[in-house]
Amino acid sequence: MFEISPAEWTAILLSLRVAVIATLVATPFGIALAWLLARREFWGKSVLDALVHLPLVLPPVVTGYLLLLTFGRRGLVGAWLADNLGIVFAFRWTGAALACGIMSFPLLVRPIRLSIEAIDRRLEQASSTLGAAPWQVFATVTLPLALPGVLAGMVLGFAKAIGEFGATITFVSNIPGETQTISTAIYSLIQTPDGDAAAGRLVLISIVIAMGALIASEWFARRATRRLHGN
Amino acid sequence: MLRVDVTKQLGEFSLEAAFESQGRVTGLFGASGAGKTSLINMIAGLLRPDRGVIALDGETLDDTSKGIHVPPHRRRIGYVFQDARLFPHLDVRQNLDYGRRMNRLAVDPAQHARVTDLLDIGHLLDRRPGKLSGGERQRVALGRALLSKPRLLLLDEPLGSLDESRKEEILPYLVRLRDEGIPMVYVSHDAAELRQLATQIVMLKRGRVTALGGVKVLT
Repeated sequence: MFEISPAEWTAILLSLRVAVIATLVATPFGIALAWLLARREFWGKSVLDALVHLPLVLPPVVTGYLLLLTFGRRGLVGAWLADNLGIVFAFRWTGAALACGIMSFPLLVRPIRLSIEAIDRRLEQASSTLGAAPWQVFATVTLPLALPGVLAGMVLGFAKAIGEFGATITFVSNIPGETQTISTAIYSLIQTPDGDAAAGRLVLISIVIAMGALIASEWFARRATRRLHGN
Repeated sequence: MLRVDVTKQLGEFSLEAAFESQGRVTGLFGASGAGKTSLINMIAGLLRPDRGVIALDGETLDDTSKGIHVPPHRRRIGYVFQDARLFPHLDVRQNLDYGRRMNRLAVDPAQHARVTDLLDIGHLLDRRPGKLSGGERQRVALGRALLSKPRLLLLDEPLGSLDESRKEEILPYLVRLRDEGIPMVYVSHDAAELRQLATQIVMLKRGRVTALGGVKVLT
């Protein structure tokens, strides 16, 4: 029962790779957006805010289809990237990473934004009177104080990415060894006769990963509070 | 020499202040709500005047008619806030070193030793701000501002958040600091405090300068 088959291992490792890459690539964008939303007032801010949260409320199949239209071989961006940079997303694991990155983006941004909002802006003022240019204020005060929030966001984003299903299967399909992640593998297995045991193992593994991520995220959030109080 | 001639509208409150100060310690005196903090925030560059000029030692820091506004980090004006504002994620040593790092100044152990001695904070260096008393925090904030080698030091009610016995603890350090010779603008609503420290007084009432002169105006 607890013997994990090579095919299952392939799906697990691919899921991990997809989620790790998606999280690492999305994080700098997430930090930049969280900072913008937390610290700046500008025209169109509420539209941008809604846009960031869109993948959370849109049916995943819609997000996946939109990705297919944009980043597919004949998509506007996809064709350009393939012709000029040789980057192909359609039906590749990179496409799965793109889908996961976009689907998990709202969960990544939110804790970062909250932790930046919680930072006393007067500390940033103090920093500037001590000679820190705006980028130095960000690098030496804002970012270090928001770091636990950044880590919490990364963990949540990672957990979401590893469980992503709808957008992934719509955009890059369900190809074993290339785009088949834990979720899409479970979907295939429960449609196959005698697939129950294998599906059960993968279900168990995804529960363990999700629980671990939630606990880690909570732990980072508690550290954030301690850090802000200077103990 | 510090020259200030500014106006600023803040909601219902209007601030219109002009003064020149030659004194080593300019005392900015007034009740709470008189506009003292807004005024020194403008000197620090944290707040932009609606109209007017701020100049220090002949250098224009703000001139709205010419569109000049030097940002706070290029003014080399130190600021000691009422609430210290030490960086909670850095220990005392790193807090003290912060201004030197940001300004890319050379390490100056003699200056560091002099300031930590002057303020008696040498034994606190490895602590985090959360583990300091109010008085200790304020002394570290003073040291941090001094070590960024400012050409002017702004102090906004540095004793304001401390009780009487703590005030007595800090005051001698401030007197020592004054005798070091660094020019200061000292904000307070406490006439007794200013009599001990200031060499020149700017009296502020509801956003207007009502008196200028020596400490005698504090009657």
